[in-house]
Parts: sequence; C-alpha cells; structure tokens
Amino acid sequence: MKKKYSIASILKNSFSDNENWGKMWRNPNPKKHYDVIIVGGGGHGLGTAYYLAKHHGIKNIAVIEKGWLGSGNTGRNTTIIRSNYLWDESAYLYDHAVKLWENLSEDLNYNMMFSQRGVLNLAHNEHDIKEIKRRVSANRLNGLDTMWLDKNEVKDLVPIMNTDNLRYPVLGAAYQPRGGVARHDAVAWGYAMRADELGVDIIQNCEVKGIKTDNYKVEGVETTKGFIKSSKIGVVASGHTSVLAATAGVRLPLQSRPLQALVSEPIKPVINTVVMSNAVHAYVSQSDKGELVIGAGTDGYNSFTQRGGYDVIEETVRAIVELYPIFGKMKMLRQWGGIVDICPDASPIISKCDVEGLYFNCGWGTGGFKATPGSANVFAHTIAKDEPHKINAPFALSRFSDGRLIDEHGAAAVAH
Amino acid sequence: MILIKCPYCGERDQSEFSNGGEAHVIRPKNPESLSDKDWGEYVFYRNNPKGIFYERWVHSHGCKKWFNAVRNTSTDQILKVYKVNEKRPDLSDFENTLKSPSGEPLVGSGNFAVKK
Repeated sequence: MKKKYSIASILKNSFSDNENWGKMWRNPNPKKHYDVIIVGGGGHGLGTAYYLAKHHGIKNIAVIEKGWLGSGNTGRNTTIIRSNYLWDESAYLYDHAVKLWENLSEDLNYNMMFSQRGVLNLAHNEHDIKEIKRRVSANRLNGLDTMWLDKNEVKDLVPIMNTDNLRYPVLGAAYQPRGGVARHDAVAWGYAMRADELGVDIIQNCEVKGIKTDNYKVEGVETTKGFIKSSKIGVVASGHTSVLAATAGVRLPLQSRPLQALVSEPIKPVINTVVMSNAVHAYVSQSDKGELVIGAGTDGYNSFTQRGGYDVIEETVRAIVELYPIFGKMKMLRQWGGIVDICPDASPIISKCDVEGLYFNCGWGTGGFKATPGSANVFAHTIAKDEPHKINAPFALSRFSDGRLIDEHGAAAVAH
Repeated sequence: MILIKCPYCGERDQSEFSNGGEAHVIRPKNPESLSDKDWGEYVFYRNNPKGIFYERWVHSHGCKKWFNAVRNTSTDQILKVYKVNEKRPDLSDFENTLKSPSGEPLVGSGNFAVKK
C-alpha cells in the first residue's frame, strides 16, 4: 500500500488523534533465498535496497539489521551535509549525494528536513588559509559552490563567534551555501518505507553472524534467524564491516574507532549555519529543536565500545567555549559514540572484492552521513551490474595496491 | 576512560599515551620479490578485530617509551601489558567475551540497540 503524505492526510488523521497512521513497513520473517542481501539497516544499506528495487528492477531483496533501523551511525552522526572535498573523484561522489539530497524529500515523499543553511570551515593560521584556499579553488573548478570568506564576512554570518580574542584566532573560512543538515532518522525511515513498498524485506533484530563462501563465491549469510541463501551480498556495516569481512576470509584496510557527539539543552536560535573547525577539533550546528549539536574527534585507538573517552569531549568543549563564549554556561544533555571505519586515505571503499558476489560499501570514517543517497545509488549500481558506476570506480579496493589513493585527510579531518 | 599500566611508570590515564596501532607487524624480509598487492598489504592493511587485539602504545607524556598491550576492543579492557622485547602472549591465554563476531559483550559496550 503506497503511503502518501500530504496536508490532506495530516488533516484526515488528526480527526482520529493520529492513532491510525499504520505501520510504515512490514516486519517479515526471512525467506530461505534472496537475490540480493544487504547487511546493515542504516541509511546507506536501506538506500541501496531502495535503488536496487527502483532503478535496477531487482525485487527479491533483504536488508538485515542487528538492532533497529538506523541504530548505528545513521542515528549517531551530527547530520552535516557538504561536498567541498579536494580531489575530483571525491567532489563527484559527494556532490552526486548533495544533488540527490536536494530532491530526496519529493522522491521519497517523506520530509528529510533537508536544510541548506551553509557550511563554514574555519581557518586559524597561515597554513589553514593556504590549504582551505587551495580546496576552494579545486572545488570551484569542479563546479561546486564553495567560496572563501574573510574574517568580517564570517563574523557577519555568525555574530556570536569570538574571532579575535582566543588562542587560535579565526582568520577566514571556506563557505559552501548548498551544504547544511538533514534529519538523520528520516533518511533511514524514508528509504525503509519506500523500499518496503517495492517488496524489499526489512529484517530487524537479526544479526548476521557470518558470510558463507565456497571457492571464492558467496553462498549466503548465517544469521540469528538461520541460514539465508543469496548469490549477491552487499555489506554496509560501518564499524563492523571488517569483522564481517573476516568471516568470508576478506581483509579490508579499515580501523574501527569511536567518534563522539553531544547535544546541549535547547535554546532560542543563535546560529543559523554549520561551523566546523579542523584545527581546534570542533563542529557545531543548531537543530530545529534548538539543541546545539556538537561533534568531537575520534579516540586515538581502535575500539568497538560505542562510548569514547571523556578527554576527547573535554578537548572539543574547550574549543567550542573559546570560539563561542556565550555557550560557556550551557548544559549538555546527551553524549554518545558511534564506531566509524577509517580508511588509510580517509576516503570510502565502494567495491567488489576477490570473492564473487561479495560487495563492500565501507570506510566512510568520520563523514558518511552526507554521502548517504549518493553512496546508496552507486552501490546499488555496483551490485546490480557487477561493475562499479563511473563515480565509484576510483573507490575500489585495488587502490591500496596500485597506489591511486584519494587522500582526503584535509577535507575529512576530524569533522564531518 | 582507560587506565594503562606503563611497564616503566605504572598506572596512568590513557590521555598520557599515544596508540601506535597493531603490534608485531614485521617488515617484509624480501622487498625485491614482493608484488604490489603484498606491499599494499604491508603498508595499508592492519588487523581490526572486535575482541582480542595486540597493539603498541607509547607513553608520550611520560617516559616516552614504547611497549605492547593486549586489549579487548569490545570492552576496552586491557588484559596484558608487556615490554617490546618480551614474548608475544598466546591468544589462547585470553578469554574472548564475544558470542559471535559482531555480537556485544555483557559489559563494556555502549551498544544498547543490540544488547540483550
């Protein structure tokens, strides 16, 4: 049953106290066999299933999620969206995503609350200025809307920022007006609902315990609800991707680390854009509820505990309070961590591997949320055609042996 | 917050230390006969287990000496700390607390979505 959301449906449901909206997706038991199995029910995984069903005509698909939908990094990030990456390959990939974001609410008929409020990347020293200006130039050559702002223009955009009286003064910033934020749960739910309508089975609370292969060919997945057969398996499990890959005998160049975020008590609107700073390790935006959404850095060691160390938060909060003295007395409501899978070159892997029928979409590290629709779109193409889309071809595993790395440490840094 | 027992200085806060990644990675002894793939493996690929992990630490804000540790990455519990010249402890010396490769341990993990 296709669910249409409109003013008429809101009015109609208001008469029954919003009690009769119905379930957004089914909760089926797994079948014995699927044409494609996606491991991981976050935005990237659900989006992949949606595009496989919609654009590639594959209907017999399962998405298997060990918790609830979006319980991993999809529901744990700071929802920042931008595409101001340095290299051509990344600019095409991330801007492919931004272009899809711009129409995603209409495409899915589900409100993503995508707000293009702009993203600032601050420069605090001479080297930052050079690096950011270089990136702005590279972006403009790739047709992105990035620009360099001097200190006064930054101050005009964000009047509460302390630009002068601090250890690392603000000297300017890169600004991408098309960047912004979106509602992270809506991405998972919107894709889930529309994928479900196209016949995709979404299987929650079912953990994939291993990937079964025979002579370099996938046979299916062993789950807590039994063995499920499939000849094509896409793994989109962020921090746990390398653990699942190991069960199929595949090694990936990933390291899993906790990345933390925190939100404050809600206040009236004070900051209407997203401000990030690589140098002092902090990024902040204000949600529609009024909470400040603050992102911290990753912990300095591998870990799968979704918590992270307090020293990392302390460093971030210190930088935030110095940049925005008026936040000094605010209370923080919640703090959490997600496990991110970091690649040596800070770029993702969207690729086939030595095992036939096994595909990976991983290595998004600290900044995967912004790429969700683009990543899902090209990964669906990769699985359906058994060859990469031209946008994700450079993001193959082979780059770690032929040396064609896409080094985005400057654009990714701590921030996302 | 983790406390790490430096084999030279004793127990200190983790923020005094820097992590050096996987321990016991040996540089290939036959570089001239290595393929690009093998070199890629040595340069970029490191183990990333959920569970028992052998890793290097350096006490950067203390004695500045390197040492090795065995840590359970699913709980952050440090199981053993040993000097660089000491023998690598056997994997069978440690009990892995995980029931399945991607499962969650009873204590230590913050993943309440899947913790039963």
